[in-house]
Amino acid sequence: MAARETLPGEGAMTEDTIPRRKFLLGAGVAGTAVATGLVQGAAADARPTPASAAQPEPLLVLNETEHAFTVAAVDTLIPADELSPSGSDCGVAVYIDRQLASAWGGGAKTYRAGPYVQGKPEQGYQLPLTPADFFAAGIAAANVWSRKTYGHDFDRLEPDQRAEALKAMQEGKAEFANFSSRAFFARLLALTMEGFFADPIYGGNRNKASWRMLGFPGLPATYANAIDQYRDKRYVAEPQSIADFS
Amino acid sequence: MVTRLKDVDAVTVGLGWTGAIMARELTKAGLNVVSLERGPDRVPGEDFILPTVRDEVRYAQRLELMMDNSIDTITFRNFPNDRALPIRRIGAFLPGEGVGGSGIHWGALHWRFLPSDFRIRSTLTERYGAKSIPDDMTIQDWSVSYDELEPSYDRFDKICGVSGQAGNLRGKKIDAGNVFEGPRSDAYPNAPIKSSNAGLMFGAASKSLGYHPFPAPVAIASSAYVNGEGVTLGACEYCGYCNRIACETNAKASANSTLLPLLRLDPKFELRARCFVTRLNYDKTAKKVVSVTYTDMRNGEEYEQPAGIVVLSAFVFGNVQQLLLAGIGEPYDHATGRGLVGKNYAYQFEAGANAFFPDKELNPYWGSAGMGVVIDDFNGENFDHGGLGFFGGGYLTCNTAAAPPIAGRTVPKGTPEWGSEWKRATVKWYHHAARFNTQGSVYANRDNYMDLDPTYKDALGRPLVRLTYNAPDNEHKMSRYLLDKLEGVIKAMNPAHYDMHPRPRNFTVVPYQSTHNTGGTMMGPDPKSSVVNRYLQSWDADNLFIQGASVFPQQHGYNPTGTVGALAYWSARAITTNYLKNPGPLVHA
Repeated sequence: MAARETLPGEGAMTEDTIPRRKFLLGAGVAGTAVATGLVQGAAADARPTPASAAQPEPLLVLNETEHAFTVAAVDTLIPADELSPSGSDCGVAVYIDRQLASAWGGGAKTYRAGPYVQGKPEQGYQLPLTPADFFAAGIAAANVWSRKTYGHDFDRLEPDQRAEALKAMQEGKAEFANFSSRAFFARLLALTMEGFFADPIYGGNRNKASWRMLGFPGLPATYANAIDQYRDKRYVAEPQSIADFS
Repeated sequence: MVTRLKDVDAVTVGLGWTGAIMARELTKAGLNVVSLERGPDRVPGEDFILPTVRDEVRYAQRLELMMDNSIDTITFRNFPNDRALPIRRIGAFLPGEGVGGSGIHWGALHWRFLPSDFRIRSTLTERYGAKSIPDDMTIQDWSVSYDELEPSYDRFDKICGVSGQAGNLRGKKIDAGNVFEGPRSDAYPNAPIKSSNAGLMFGAASKSLGYHPFPAPVAIASSAYVNGEGVTLGACEYCGYCNRIACETNAKASANSTLLPLLRLDPKFELRARCFVTRLNYDKTAKKVVSVTYTDMRNGEEYEQPAGIVVLSAFVFGNVQQLLLAGIGEPYDHATGRGLVGKNYAYQFEAGANAFFPDKELNPYWGSAGMGVVIDDFNGENFDHGGLGFFGGGYLTCNTAAAPPIAGRTVPKGTPEWGSEWKRATVKWYHHAARFNTQGSVYANRDNYMDLDPTYKDALGRPLVRLTYNAPDNEHKMSRYLLDKLEGVIKAMNPAHYDMHPRPRNFTVVPYQSTHNTGGTMMGPDPKSSVVNRYLQSWDADNLFIQGASVFPQQHGYNPTGTVGALAYWSARAITTNYLKNPGPLVHA
């Protein structure tokens, strides 16, 4: 298993001198353009109002390249539309960063002793990488592949190219060096969906956007009466999170 | 340097359901009991509280209550000739860890096995002829009958405050309950919990086809209840968060909520949490386990705890590992078919379906995970297997409840997994998707077993258990049959669309399927065919009592915990009424 530092093509990483987070902010992808009132020319597109007016969140483990990839990926997986703001506007990239920084991201409760053998799919995950390592290595491999295929890192692709690239990863057709694009995509998608639908205390699902979208009420204490009163009738409630009861 | 501690009357290795039942029964008989639990203590009023228990990420995704694979896991392969590899993070099954074990996070489905399940080889022989049972199907009769176990089933029902509707009360059949069940000496302690809207639809459709629907029995109190030990349990709130999570109202029964409140006050009981038992010290000549060795995880020191009675009450894999490491009994040898420890591993064979009702509001997030309407017409020997080409069966259920937002969004097959189209489908169907399951038996097969892994070790330096398992052809045929029957009911519900979800050919360690792992220390009539006798006493060490689903000779079409708890009461009664007066083998070989 190649560590992410040794992937081929890694030296050609920096494409220009614009720091990535500034680039993203300028493009409105991180969702702060409208919130801060900074309408920046063509970047101020017709996206719905962001879920939160939060300042950019400080990152715990993702570097700027990884963050840019993550934002671009979660916004492709969960695009802004009539149903919800984009993934990153809902805090999904923040969720992923925090999860990778958590005990889980560091490999807690995982058997990590060797020898390492690539078994059959039925035998499950068999790599020495922690979830945080796996995610970082996957991003590095995805960007190498993206540059080879499209000439740019993933986050600098056009929206339709991003969707095409993610589909290629999902189907395992994106040929990453020493890395399974299918496995990487599966982890990326799982984390994205967790972040979108998790309780907002974890940094995603800002303003309970996905719970409102689904009609999921969060944590009310009891439905012992409602379950009878609302047979075949929609129960509607303002969603409440752990923070609302804390 | 191992510190040798003072003798105690009894020690339990693990403190889940069976450890707590045994500790309670033995302390009541006057014994001093020490429970050694590898994981942390878990106290309802401190650890199972609002709002923190309603956290899908922490409990259902990150598996807070489950075993720590950095310390301990098993290795797995589908076939005896494959190379087994470690399950690096559990997925298909989720054994718990800490005080309460798997009995905290369970779905609380609370079943009894059928009278015919306890004598399954005899029943099949009588009905279909001895030759009908394939050579590789190594099923055995239990060495306890339903009638013998019934008082213990009833006792455990009343500890848990089980909610349900009797279908056979002392031989009288009651249509609202399960008319296929064995006779119950008493009704369920609580009325059935409420059914979901989808469950009611399933019940009506199955009734129209001539089947016998009833609400699933659950160890969840539908009303506040004072249990058989005088402990008050709360009423279910239908909060929707109980699967993989603790219950803050103590409506869902756990050892923590039903028995430990008493044990914690009892000076005859001592809990030592974070104490990992690494070895049973076996005197083969005396046929006794003289002591257990454990590591206190808080200081890293080793201790030897001598005990008059040793209760092995770990999960299935831990029980088997302890016997194999200690050299108690003969390990199963797959090549020759000889030996018994590790033999007859079995599992639950589940397969499901989803159906979509755009005009029905199902409010899918509330209720409890186990809440469902069930038909039992195709379980065990409730139906004629003549000409079907398989044995076994299972129950069919619609359990549309407790669908959390990360893991509980159901969409039709073929829906994109991301993008705007995915989002539209997710919103469109979340309130209108009904979910179904078939809960099938796994009859033992000579190729499914456990032994010690030659390569991988746990954090304490012990070889891991190696599991060799794949669902046999018999189980695939059984499951297809159940799915066909389920499809008939679903069609009668008239959905806009439905998808059947048969299991892939090979068992895989992800995704989640069931924590109903069984076998490896099976019970039976004699030491030639079993590891423990009918009282769960080891044939090879008369002071060793092995608890839990590892004593099942095969797994039947029901959740195991009801039977696990009943067997613990049955075993405890044999100890307190006979063994204590006259320590020695309770059954003479």
